[in-house]
Amino acid sequence: MTSAPQELIALDAVRKSYNQGKPSEAEVLHGISLQVRRGEFIALMGPSGSGKSTLLNILGLLERMTSGSYRLDGEVVQGLDDAALTLCRRRTLGFVFQFHHLLPAFSALENVTLPALMAEGRVSAVQRERARSLLAAVGLAQAMDKRPGELSGGMQQRVAIARALVMDPPLVLADEPTGNLDTASSAEVFALLRRIHAERGTSFVVVTHDPRLAARCDRLVELIDGRIARDEAIAAGVEPAPGALAV
Amino acid sequence: MLIWPGFELRVALRFLREGRMQTLLIIVGVAAGVAVIAYISALISGLQSNTLAKTLGAQAHITLRAPDDLVTPAALPVAGAGRLTETQPRAQRLRSVANWQALVPLLEGLPAVAGVSPMVSGAGLALRGEASQAIALMGVDLDRYDRVVGLRSKVISGIARLAPGEAIVGRELAADLGVRVGDRLTVQTGSVSGTVTDSVRVTALVDLGVKDLNRRTVIVPLRAAQSLLALPGGASQLDLTLKDVWVAQTLARELQGQFPYKIESWQETNAQLVSALNAQSISTAIIRGVVLAVVVLGIASVLVVSVVQKGREIGILRAMGATRGQVLRVFLVQGAVVGALGSALGLLLAVALIWVFTHFVRGSDGLPLFSIALAPATALQVALIASACGVLAAVAPARRAAALDPAQAIRM
Repeated sequence: MTSAPQELIALDAVRKSYNQGKPSEAEVLHGISLQVRRGEFIALMGPSGSGKSTLLNILGLLERMTSGSYRLDGEVVQGLDDAALTLCRRRTLGFVFQFHHLLPAFSALENVTLPALMAEGRVSAVQRERARSLLAAVGLAQAMDKRPGELSGGMQQRVAIARALVMDPPLVLADEPTGNLDTASSAEVFALLRRIHAERGTSFVVVTHDPRLAARCDRLVELIDGRIARDEAIAAGVEPAPGALAV
Repeated sequence: MLIWPGFELRVALRFLREGRMQTLLIIVGVAAGVAVIAYISALISGLQSNTLAKTLGAQAHITLRAPDDLVTPAALPVAGAGRLTETQPRAQRLRSVANWQALVPLLEGLPAVAGVSPMVSGAGLALRGEASQAIALMGVDLDRYDRVVGLRSKVISGIARLAPGEAIVGRELAADLGVRVGDRLTVQTGSVSGTVTDSVRVTALVDLGVKDLNRRTVIVPLRAAQSLLALPGGASQLDLTLKDVWVAQTLARELQGQFPYKIESWQETNAQLVSALNAQSISTAIIRGVVLAVVVLGIASVLVVSVVQKGREIGILRAMGATRGQVLRVFLVQGAVVGALGSALGLLLAVALIWVFTHFVRGSDGLPLFSIALAPATALQVALIASACGVLAAVAPARRAAALDPAQAIRM
């Protein structure tokens, strides 16, 4: 990590419009500039329609910005073609979505090994072992061969987290990872993210509506009407002891 | 970057397995299409080769005769002057193919030719007691003629033999005259100069496959026919049999260019049959084409639905780092797998249909109509075409899947 630049994300004056050139054109991001260093744990907050998801999609290379510049892990990504963006995504990013988004036809273990399968066409013994230990680490040692349909919401989300981490990306983007869970599962999943952050130094950008969860992050970025309204460090992330994790 | 498509195969197979009923139905649909195509192909090729064998079994592939007698105008037309003519065509005499003895080894030397048989043929009467029948008299060298039409295999009683004074007659003619093997009958021919008769002993009865032929055919040694038909030392035609019946037309045209004879291929002699066979082949091709189109549309419609159903999963795969190419291939593989499985099942079904046909469909005589079989080459060809059509059918849905915007797909 010492040789890699400290800066992971550098957004400069990023704008995003939908329906460009049409009467219904609407700009949802008005010149966002944001720097994220390696190892940061950021909460991205804001009311509905503030542009959080759009910003997350742009960070995740799933959507293209209309103007501005974006450097991800040292690479300038605006102007890259779809194939290059895909490879960059594969190398740099892990995703955790609100609705788990596992593939229902694959077992938990297979879901976690999918990124390796798509990168190399096969899953090596080392990668399979890594997927197993990740699943064990998120408390699913007994559920590896179960299909998503056989798992609870919290368990599915933990599978999704293991999947996001399997290629060991420097950055994980999470879109309301606990939005669909009850309070207990929600706390568990969030604690898991913090623990991974502490153990691996992975950076996180987590979109959340929940101020209590946001309070447990290191930095809070609040978006209102497509502009950054607040960007501040949070004094003391309240981290539960690892023992509190029901894994 | 070339990597083993393990991801595409795995995801494609899992998607197919997940869509159980949908997958099963479309595979059965493809199988039905493939079965129809394979069965029709086998049936038509069996029918055609049977028809050809029956038709060509009793005739030469190429016949070479002396050129027709033509009336040549007495005076050349004067340039610029109009001329009105009315020409009475000449009656055609029976004439010998000039120099045929020298021609036979020459024709036999051609690589495409399997056998050459000289023949003298003409009209006559067969007489026995009070009965008389009009006949087609043929004088042949038995061994050579056998090579052309397989005469010995058509013998139904007696032993084919043509020593001087012997004859082979058609089954119906024998019945009409009331002769059996070993009996004698009188053959009479006539011309303006008088009639010639000869007495022959029947050595064998033959069934040439066509009743009308059986009612008229009398086969005698070449020499006997030469004297009966007043063509001493001559041959009114040369019959050629070829190794491949389909080169007959080309070869006939080639020979026509080299020799001053009247040369006809079996296709010209049986123009109606050939056009019927062609019409049949074209209809078969149309049926095959339409069935294939239905198969393609069936696979495509199922995959289009699948793309819609799997939109969100496709979005997740793209977010996880699947390239557009990988998503495209996932659906192409699905088309190929459906096509291949459907083909395999369809071929089994076609074999079953053919078995049913050969075992249960009988003609009026209680014997199987004709034999049909699915040639391995045809089976392989049908299977390959159907699998290729599977991939083809998947192209549009696959492109649609690959073009999905991942951010939108995930929100679906």
